[in-house]
Amino acid sequence: MKNIALVNDSRFDVMSLRKDFPVLARMIRGKPLAYLDNGASAQRPTAVIEAVDDYERRHHANIHRGVHTLSQEATGLYEAARDKVLAFLHAVSRHEVVFVRGTTEAVNLVAQSYLRPILKAGDEILITHLEHHANIVPWQMVCEQTGAKLQVAPMDEHGEVHVEAVEALMSDRTRLFACAHVSNALGTVLPVRRLVAAAKARGITTLIDGAQAVPHMTVDVQDLGCDFYAFSGHKLFGPTGIGILYGRESLLERMPPWQGGGDMILTVTFRKTTYNGLPYKFEAGTPNISGAIGLGAAIDYVSALDRDGAHAHEHALLAYASETLSKIEGLRIVGTARDKASLVSFVVAGVHPHDLGTILDEDGIAIRTGHHCAMPVMEYFKLPATARASFAFYNTFEEIDRLNGSIRRAQSIFA
Amino acid sequence: MELNDLYRDVILDHNRRPRNFGVLELPDARVEGFNPLCGDRLTVQLKMAGDAIADIRFEGQGCAISTASASLMTEAVKGKSRTDALALFDRIHSLLTDDDAPSDELGKLAALSGVREFPARVKCASLCWHTLAAALRAPDLKHLSAVSTETD
Repeated sequence: MKNIALVNDSRFDVMSLRKDFPVLARMIRGKPLAYLDNGASAQRPTAVIEAVDDYERRHHANIHRGVHTLSQEATGLYEAARDKVLAFLHAVSRHEVVFVRGTTEAVNLVAQSYLRPILKAGDEILITHLEHHANIVPWQMVCEQTGAKLQVAPMDEHGEVHVEAVEALMSDRTRLFACAHVSNALGTVLPVRRLVAAAKARGITTLIDGAQAVPHMTVDVQDLGCDFYAFSGHKLFGPTGIGILYGRESLLERMPPWQGGGDMILTVTFRKTTYNGLPYKFEAGTPNISGAIGLGAAIDYVSALDRDGAHAHEHALLAYASETLSKIEGLRIVGTARDKASLVSFVVAGVHPHDLGTILDEDGIAIRTGHHCAMPVMEYFKLPATARASFAFYNTFEEIDRLNGSIRRAQSIFA
Repeated sequence: MELNDLYRDVILDHNRRPRNFGVLELPDARVEGFNPLCGDRLTVQLKMAGDAIADIRFEGQGCAISTASASLMTEAVKGKSRTDALALFDRIHSLLTDDDAPSDELGKLAALSGVREFPARVKCASLCWHTLAAALRAPDLKHLSAVSTETD
């Protein structure tokens, strides 16, 4: 094990933080769980589990409606969670923080409510080659509806996206530029600040898919300058089924509601309905109240961490994993960008990723195998699938050693 | 649940040296099977002689389970009538999903029974069989569409 790891461990107490996550104590097939699938979904700390539990046991009622105590408490908790998100993203106003089901719903909302009314045939939407399907398909759908065109900026063989290559595709027909902050399949951290600046200089609206970024770095939407930013609660140690669309207030203001129903209206008559203000205009129906409260608790938890320490630890894990795995003969790391979040995608000659996943599971190690909902990325690298180990701050160097041993065991089975 | 029950020698052998792998010239049918959950794709090509499978080959990239299952399948059904091949499909289907399914008289194919202990991998083993069954059930071999594990 490298010195950097030991030095880092003394500053950032991983073993004590692991105790905050009950599931990390589990045994899987007789072995301690090594959870290396955080990019798909991160685990929840006790603080999140208890916040949700407390709400369910003591405070549940519908929000924004009853005058009774429970309804007021539930409303208070739900709206307090919004304030936590506001601070977490450094947004300007709570009008800009919309609760949605997740990143996917956020992108769909922008496609249908912001873009669809303004798109004309021949207009363009610009994305990059390394996007998750959730940042491709909603744009394709709105293109089909309007006759607009989807443009795709290239990436290079390291999985990097270059600002100049994106700029070259920004035209006076580009109505929106959307990209990932961090690639889920490759780990690449995109130069979003410069990409957003390039788009803004041409008057192009921007959306950043932050699903893989928020667990690893602090995000300041004002500093990034983006118009929309989306992320999911469950990748940030919170519940599933809850996520956030941040939108610049002036844009959200102009957008029509996406879905109609309760909570998003001011008055309804059969002749005419007037809509509620922001952000409620976009939150039709009873929302995922416990999910929002759980997300608020997750943000509290993450914000209380030594985030610099966590970041340094994750980078030490990434460096250690990259070095350890690249020593395995026949193993190739896919995605070698200079700036990467703590995940390693790889393939092993002679061992298909799914077989590897099954063998690793037998050793208690959870990784993701498959196309990672990024088929165009797989196609670029001419691979049907990869294996992906994605790390959170609670992972350890010992878990990477176990991953290393288990991959070698898989190789011996298929030798 | 044991790993070497899943990766039996027969499976490893057929993964390493898949039989009837590659292109079949002028096939009567060519059907693509797709598992959208994992991205695996394979193509089954058939040459018929009347009602019997005269020749069969497969192509594609998949995991050991999917490759071995396809390889074993091509060996097993070559020369079989449409009805017999479909009956075998039914037996394999139960073998993969039903704990009590008998594996007698299945020969090498019985090696696939280890898969049922690994529910996440059943589709890997069944993809080629579904693809073959779709071809054999089609009234018109020339106009077959792709088969997906998610639309049954």
